[in-house]
Amino acid sequence: MEHIVIIGNGISGVTLARHIRKNSDKEITIVSAETDYFFSRTALMYVYMGHMKFEHTQPYESWFWKKNRINLKKGYVQQVDPKKKQLVFSNNETLSYDKLVLATGSKPNKFGWPGQDLKGVMGLYHKQDLENLEKHAPNNKVCKRAVIVGGGLIGIELAEMLHSRNIPVTFLVRETSFWNGVLPAGESEMINEHIKENHIDLRLSTNLKEIVSDENGRVKSVIIEETGEEIPCDVVGLTAGVSPNIDFIKNSETSAEPSRSIETNRGILVNRFLETNIKDVYAIGDCAEQREAIGNRRPIEAVWYTGRMMGETLAQTLCGNRVEYKPGHWFNSAKFIDIEYQTYGWVFSERSKKDTELHFHWRHPKENICITVAYDKDTNKFLGINTFGIRMRHKIFDRWLTEERDVNHVMEYLADANFDPEFYRAYEKEIITKFNQENNTNIQPRKKSWKRIFAKA
Amino acid sequence: MKAIKNIGLIIFLTGLSIFTGTIFTGSFSLTTSEVEAFIQEKGYKSDVIRKELIKAAASEKELNIFDFSSRVRAAYQASNDHYDALIARYDAEKNWDKKGEQYQYKIYGKPHTLSYELAKKAGKGYVKDNAGMFWWLTFGLGIIGALLFILPNFVLLGPAGIKNNGIYLESATNRGWIAWLVLIYLVSFYLVLYFMADYVVNWTYILDPISEFLNGGQASQWFVYGFLYCVIMIVMAARMYIKYRHNKYQVVRTTSVLFFQIVFAFLIPEIMASLGAPGYDFKNAFPLDYDFFFEWNLDSLSQSGAIGIFILVWGMILTLIIVPVMVYFFGKRWYCSWVCGCGGLAETLGDPYRQHSDKSLKAWKLERWLIHSVLVFSLVMTIVTLYCYFSGAQSFLGINSQWIKDTYSFLIGAWFAGVIGTGFYPIFGNRVWCRFGCPLAAYLGLVQRFKSRFRITTNGGQCISCGNCSTYCEQGIDVRAYAQKGENIVRSSCVGCGICSAVCPRGVLKLENGPEQGRINPTEILLGNDVDLMKLVNQK
Ligand SMILES: Cc1cc2nc3c(=O)[nH]c(=O)nc-3n(C[C@H](O)[C@H](O)[C@H](O)COP(=O)(O)OP(=O)(O)OC[C@H]3O[C@@H](n4cnc5c(N)ncnc54)[C@H](O)[C@@H]3O)c2cc1C
Ligand code: SF4
Ligand code: SF4
Repeated sequence: MEHIVIIGNGISGVTLARHIRKNSDKEITIVSAETDYFFSRTALMYVYMGHMKFEHTQPYESWFWKKNRINLKKGYVQQVDPKKKQLVFSNNETLSYDKLVLATGSKPNKFGWPGQDLKGVMGLYHKQDLENLEKHAPNNKVCKRAVIVGGGLIGIELAEMLHSRNIPVTFLVRETSFWNGVLPAGESEMINEHIKENHIDLRLSTNLKEIVSDENGRVKSVIIEETGEEIPCDVVGLTAGVSPNIDFIKNSETSAEPSRSIETNRGILVNRFLETNIKDVYAIGDCAEQREAIGNRRPIEAVWYTGRMMGETLAQTLCGNRVEYKPGHWFNSAKFIDIEYQTYGWVFSERSKKDTELHFHWRHPKENICITVAYDKDTNKFLGINTFGIRMRHKIFDRWLTEERDVNHVMEYLADANFDPEFYRAYEKEIITKFNQENNTNIQPRKKSWKRIFAKA
Repeated sequence: MKAIKNIGLIIFLTGLSIFTGTIFTGSFSLTTSEVEAFIQEKGYKSDVIRKELIKAAASEKELNIFDFSSRVRAAYQASNDHYDALIARYDAEKNWDKKGEQYQYKIYGKPHTLSYELAKKAGKGYVKDNAGMFWWLTFGLGIIGALLFILPNFVLLGPAGIKNNGIYLESATNRGWIAWLVLIYLVSFYLVLYFMADYVVNWTYILDPISEFLNGGQASQWFVYGFLYCVIMIVMAARMYIKYRHNKYQVVRTTSVLFFQIVFAFLIPEIMASLGAPGYDFKNAFPLDYDFFFEWNLDSLSQSGAIGIFILVWGMILTLIIVPVMVYFFGKRWYCSWVCGCGGLAETLGDPYRQHSDKSLKAWKLERWLIHSVLVFSLVMTIVTLYCYFSGAQSFLGINSQWIKDTYSFLIGAWFAGVIGTGFYPIFGNRVWCRFGCPLAAYLGLVQRFKSRFRITTNGGQCISCGNCSTYCEQGIDVRAYAQKGENIVRSSCVGCGICSAVCPRGVLKLENGPEQGRINPTEILLGNDVDLMKLVNQK
């Protein structure tokens, strides 16, 4: 029986394994050095915050794997030998495969800051990071202040985590406003305000110069690049992005036969079929890099959903139905402390948007609620929407994007797309009134209709 | 703010201690003529009980309730033993006439209940004489303390939003020693209330003035329970309002359960009683209201004229028409988390414990076996009872009517719904009864699963499998298992509390009532991926 080995028990590897099992009887082995069972990385924060125990982050009970005949192997793969079709583990054990899938995820970026390997300096990615954090920042007596470097999604999660245990947090963000490489200005500003509202010491346009050690090799303070200010602290969180976790692949490269090595750039290079340059070796999830970006997407997409989609797709190929990876419309979501964020389609920030992309922005006068709708200047075609504090129906936006609706249509039928819980105040009227004012239109909001929502596209 | 909380906690615990301490106070005795009057009132014909009761209750000594109770119970025992011996003797002598005569002297009833009735009349002391003051020292301090403990959260929790911080880090909510202490207190409370009510007769004195004001009569242990129930729900609802203030569904729903508990379960029955009508909770549907078809209830209703008949008809319409029709349109939630008293307590007092429900597949299997067995049990009991009521027989299908009623009342009514259902909140979660035991929930669940517009819609591909929804589902539903597959949640046990939707950090879940078609939507490839692939795989 064909033996498929998957390195990585994250969402991409596990989705793949599940789907292979649904479609075939192949032997499946998942290898991971991190944990025995698949857990949800996105939920790590909730364990530290006391919302959940670690076992709650595991989506499947432990009998699941046996029942579905998915072998789990714990161990660190040091080398891949594509010629012998074999893996070598750090303890020199070996494992042979017929097909190999690399789903090794990411690791936190470190940019060579002085002191970046001191005790008390950590990223937030693996389960071990969580344990490390628990050790160095169990409460505000042991950790009197934490400094977080890097203003992305993981940075703000880490800030929220520490804040939940009343640990004072200084949050260093390189950009002039939080995440404004991705978010349009109005939204980014609202998040700045919300961070401060939670008593987190947000420092914009601020870079880290170095991390200072005490006599025991522990963090003592950080020094700011711009001002030279020294901030005493016990923990430093490095959250300046992630990059593919593929050092062991790079180490496996044999200079004698470069054509036999797995080709990498920042990530493992794959074609649209998620195949690497080596036959029977594939890569999915955070560690895969598309040779050519798909649409507006980045070549490496380190998000949960794309890992899952790649897993769903590759399973088809491995089970004999070779299909291209063709992700649909972009969507994503996150939560900035108390503010939920969802996005469908593309809304670019001022820093990266084209001139033809226009934005309509509405913000609630008091609450942390706002939306931004992007549309084309010439054709009025709806391009995407960001919502904060309002939940939207994925299905409806996906349909509108497919049908290439214009922005007026989206405004008119906005109520169909609302996904807030029952009894929530709806803001379609205010939103549309503002849109009408700005655009000299006379769009009348339509009432929500089940018939339209359930209509077959 | 922290200080206020701590002061509140101390005040609350003081109130609770005084409340508990009152049990041990007071002295219990009657004069001989009072005992005589009691015997008259009860219509006891035996001379033995008269002698025994006078000896036991009309004592010079200062008896506390425990001594009093044991003496009174012993008196009943002695009397019954005496006649049992006579019966045995006449039986041996084959003196049937004499034997038959003795039965009229036997006294039936639970010993603690008999003792309660007498104790209620016999109590004297500081608590009884100063009921008003003791109300303040017990209920008053409890309420003030609890509110002082709860209200500062408005500030301490920070901006509105899901604040489950620390739930698994604290002893009270993470099955630590505090949780076990609470469990022991609650279980003891229910055991005493159900099986040894005479021990807490002092509590009834504290509420006599309120009871007299409401219905003209003195407070019984059930009045104490009902009153306490309302008070706890009101105070804990304040906690809900603060905790979930960003979520209007929770706010409205909490208001609704409060309203139904206070008005329907408490006030209306009291007022009806004061007007001489049978006190009836108009929202309590059979078979949760398992004794609705018991003889004594049917008798009492049929003797109460028009209002009795109305209640009888209403009770049947409620169960047979209103319940299923409402479930069709709104799901089981309209009852379980908007109206029901058990649900009301679970959603207020029980909210801090909701995460303890067991999410394993095993638990789900056990749930289906248990809850449907209880439903069958309640129906069989009712059929037997009704048959016997109308035919005058003692048993039906080989089942003795009295026996099955007693067994059900004891096992399901008292132990399952009370002692385990509520007592075990801190360890097994707040809906043990609703999930595993309630026959009405089983019935509502069947309708919800097979014929309803209600579902929890999963928002396309947005789930990140974080597990918040499953963790906080009080009914032990593994919500994530559906959400991460892009599949709607249609489960008979879902009470529609809406917490899964509230705690989801990605806006994945929405409780809604929509067209039945497409409600159940198994998916393998989620929205967001290749449309052709979705078509290929999902339509297989
Ligand atoms: C704190 C945090 C929050 C996040 N929140 C979100 C979010 O809200 N939404 C979102 O879309 N995305 C989020 N992400 C990103 C998302 O979690 C990742 O994109 C996703 O987990 C990647 O899955 P994967 O299967 O590619 O890899 P991973 O989940 O990283 O799994 C790879 C596994 O392979 C193991 N491994 C690697 N190399 C080896 C080796 N040589 N030998 C053995 N085992 C090896 C690793 O230890 C790891 O267990 C978040 C990430 C983090 C860290
Ligand atoms: S599934 Fe959601 S709404 Fe239903 S009982 Fe569980 S938490 Fe409540
Ligand atoms: S809480 Fe939301 S995101 Fe998390 S597992 Fe449940 S549905 Fe998915």
